[in-house]
Amino acid sequence: MKALAARRHHRFAPAVLLLLALLVTGGVYAALAPSPASADTASTADIETGKKLFQANCATCHGANAEGSPGVPSLVGVGAAAVDFQVSSGRMPMQMSGPQAISKPRQMDEEQTAALAAYVSSLGAGPAIPTDAQVDPADGDIANGMALFRTNCAMCHNAVGAGGALSEGKFAPALWETTPRNIYQAMLTGPQSMPVFNDANVTPEEKQDIIAFLVDQREGSAGGNALGGLGPVSEGLWGWAVGMGVLIGAAVWIGAKSS
Amino acid sequence: MSTTASNQHREAPAKPTTPAGKAADYLDQRTSIGVLVKEFARKVFPDHWSFMLGEIALFSFVVLLISGVFLTMFFEPSMALTHYEGQHPANMHGQLMSVAFASTLEMSFEVRGGLLMRQIHHWSALIFMAAIVTHMMRIFFTGAFRKPRELNWLVGMTMLILGLAAGFSGYSLPDDVLSGNGLRITDGVIKSIPVIGSYTSYLVFGGEFPGAHIVPRLFTIHILIVPGLLLALIALHLFLMVLNKHTQYPGGGRTDDNVVGFPALPVYVAKMTGNFFIIFGVLALMGATMAINNVWNYGPFDPSPVSAGAQPDWYMLFLEGSLRLMPGQGTEWVIAGFTLPLNILVPAMVVPGLLFTFLFVYPFVEAKVRGDEREHHVLDRPRNVPTRTALGVAFLTAFIILALAGSNDLIATHFHLSINSITWVFRVLIFVGPVFAFWVTKRVCLGLQRKDRELVLHGHESGRIVRFANGEYIEVHRPLDEQERWLRVNYHAYEPLRIEPKSDARGVKRKGYGADRRWQRLSRFFFEDRVEPVTPAELAAAHAHGEHDELAPAEHPAIGAGVGAGHGTTQGH
Ligand code: HEC
Ligand code: HEC
Ligand code: HEM
Repeated sequence: MKALAARRHHRFAPAVLLLLALLVTGGVYAALAPSPASADTASTADIETGKKLFQANCATCHGANAEGSPGVPSLVGVGAAAVDFQVSSGRMPMQMSGPQAISKPRQMDEEQTAALAAYVSSLGAGPAIPTDAQVDPADGDIANGMALFRTNCAMCHNAVGAGGALSEGKFAPALWETTPRNIYQAMLTGPQSMPVFNDANVTPEEKQDIIAFLVDQREGSAGGNALGGLGPVSEGLWGWAVGMGVLIGAAVWIGAKSS
Repeated sequence: MSTTASNQHREAPAKPTTPAGKAADYLDQRTSIGVLVKEFARKVFPDHWSFMLGEIALFSFVVLLISGVFLTMFFEPSMALTHYEGQHPANMHGQLMSVAFASTLEMSFEVRGGLLMRQIHHWSALIFMAAIVTHMMRIFFTGAFRKPRELNWLVGMTMLILGLAAGFSGYSLPDDVLSGNGLRITDGVIKSIPVIGSYTSYLVFGGEFPGAHIVPRLFTIHILIVPGLLLALIALHLFLMVLNKHTQYPGGGRTDDNVVGFPALPVYVAKMTGNFFIIFGVLALMGATMAINNVWNYGPFDPSPVSAGAQPDWYMLFLEGSLRLMPGQGTEWVIAGFTLPLNILVPAMVVPGLLFTFLFVYPFVEAKVRGDEREHHVLDRPRNVPTRTALGVAFLTAFIILALAGSNDLIATHFHLSINSITWVFRVLIFVGPVFAFWVTKRVCLGLQRKDRELVLHGHESGRIVRFANGEYIEVHRPLDEQERWLRVNYHAYEPLRIEPKSDARGVKRKGYGADRRWQRLSRFFFEDRVEPVTPAELAAAHAHGEHDELAPAEHPAIGAGVGAGHGTTQGH
């Protein structure tokens, strides 16, 4: 200690301290950050597996080096988040060609997805996969999430995230079952017709608020069966089918009781 | 209970003993109401399930009134701003909103039974409108609007429009995003009216949309003006119904000069009471189990957001559809500095204008082309008036296509179709669909009429084959019984109007010939294709010809009043 105290005034001390500080911050950052670092930290073995998987499942469309082909985007720089979103929601590998790639039961398990993500992000840095803490709905502000969702998302996804139509057979899907991580990643990467909501537009905290709001919608309605959350059209349909159905049935029954 | 209508002091034949009896006697001695009650109790009402459709409308209106009074006690019609302090719903906590919206939330989450009442009220509104429309379909397709009931048709039409006004004004009260979108459209439609549009909009909203006045104004309309008018008109409607007597379906013994049915007391009143409880119960159950208009999902009104799936309640959906179908390009004209936005005027004014005009004038037009001044108390079987039935179906087709067009985004997502193609399909269908529906319905009606003729002339096929001594095979036909025959022959097949010649004997041109000619043309459209009912002569001829078809010739009792009624009561008009 004494030695340390003695050298405190050494003329290299500031430089050493600065170096130390940088190292520590860097280390902490590397450990904690959601990091595009995944590319750097992913083992070369992962990247190798990912490359093989890519060649087997994706290359026909995206090209041998993910450089893209006519009608299929290049994946250089889309980041791990895009891959994780597309593959874990089952959209990729794409099968049917339609107005848009639709989500299906996922084909790649967690490990394979991670490997693919590692491979793609090794080609060029892009948004990384968010951490579990970032997407935890428990820490979000539901009311703020509602306000953000209303102004940024409801025009495509409906007020409670029940989904909506876009032009030419494209659609914004219902969000009842989307995982919190995929909600986050969808905003981060803006799949297909959806705009990107980068961290300057919608901050990570706000993204978490939106997740909290969407997850809260899954609790159901205080009013009873939510009838799909689709609003007046489904209410009208149910009104006719159930209400008028039963009432006319009753009228026929009462009418028949006499004659 | 007294049996005379005399006001003189008199000795009651037997003093009433029960409390109810005493109370009734007390009332009767002071008002002589007994006479009225008895008169009414003995009044005969025909019976049919479709006559209860009006009742569904009536009783859901009663439910609307009761639940509405409850809501009025907690709703605050103010557009002043406030922060919502309640913990529920979580997505509204601390948000800036109007007092109207906040009071709606408080009513739903703080007031015991408040949400239930709100939902009962809203479901009742949907069912009220559905019942009115179904009731009206019954009136239309059976021809219950004919003389002397044209006036009641007009009263009904006015109530239909008031019903729309009630729904629209109530829907907009909570001041949420969805209803605000509706108001925004209304504002746009008002502004699209040439010259006076923008002034009218300022008048309605008390300044630039949305302003701070529209909710209190709609509140007055919704809880005072519209229900007041509706109540008065319902009273008039029912009074006219009793005055004109109720119509009856065709059948043995039923004519334009009698009423066959049950006395109001006890049969009709018992049924009515039963129906009331069923309707009340169903509405309460719907309110308790099915969420409706959960405004906190839409959030407090703010003019900018419009969420996907923004639609009005079902009875306004045809207007939404009409707007969605209208192509926007090239339909906004600027003439001498004035904008003529046909892309709004046509779908939002012309289309509903045409639909409602058709409904308003139809009874009068039909009376004119039928050319009869008679009273009609026996209803038509829809097949026996093919053109009317076909017009009605065409109208419904147009209405349904518009409502579907108003839901085009939901159709797109649920059936994985392109919204653009759906819109184009509907743009074509709105012209082709009604015409096609008209043609098909008319053919079906004429076909059914022909089948009726066959049946009357030749009887039911029995499937029994008989061989005669001379070797001839025939299938035995069972003749129709009197009831069945009455139903099928007792109608009038109108012919196109006959008009006076163009010029009189001296060759002078007759005034009004042109108009007559136009009516005649319309009359041809109605009655050119027709199937005449079987006449007695034809029937006799058919019987003579097919004598041996009938192994056991039926007795033919004369059909008279009462016979057909079976167990009912007949009352002269
Ligand atoms: C049948 C062809 C096809 C196959 C196979 C395929 N993709 Fe795609 N992929 C597409 C098309 C087309 C798009 C662009 C439309 C979209 O975004 O969905 C796309 C988009 C993507 C995107 C989003 C790019 C962006 O800009 O955000 C990612 C990530 C992706 N693919 C990854 C993969 C991976 C990983 C695989 C293999 C597991 C794969 N794809 C297999 C056709 C394919
Ligand atoms: C312009 C319309 C549009 C807007 C605005 C929009 N989205 Fe999307 N969103 C889409 C479309 C289209 C898709 C489907 C993309 C696909 O299938 O690749 C989608 C997909 C998603 C998904 C993935 C759903 C799944 O099933 O995997 C999520 C989550 C999502 N959006 C959330 C949001 C949120 C949160 C916002 C607001 C911040 C938002 N979206 C704004 C159009 C939109
Ligand atoms: C506010 C809504 C309405 C209520 C509460 C109501 C109620 C009733 C009731 C209880 C009856 C007698 C039972 C029946 O025939 O169903 C009746 C008859 C009638 N209603 Fe309505 N009605 C309403 C709207 C309408 C509308 C919109 C029309 C047509 C435009 C209409 C036209 C008639 C006619 C013509 C009758 C006489 C039917 C007959 O004698 O056969 N009503 N109404």
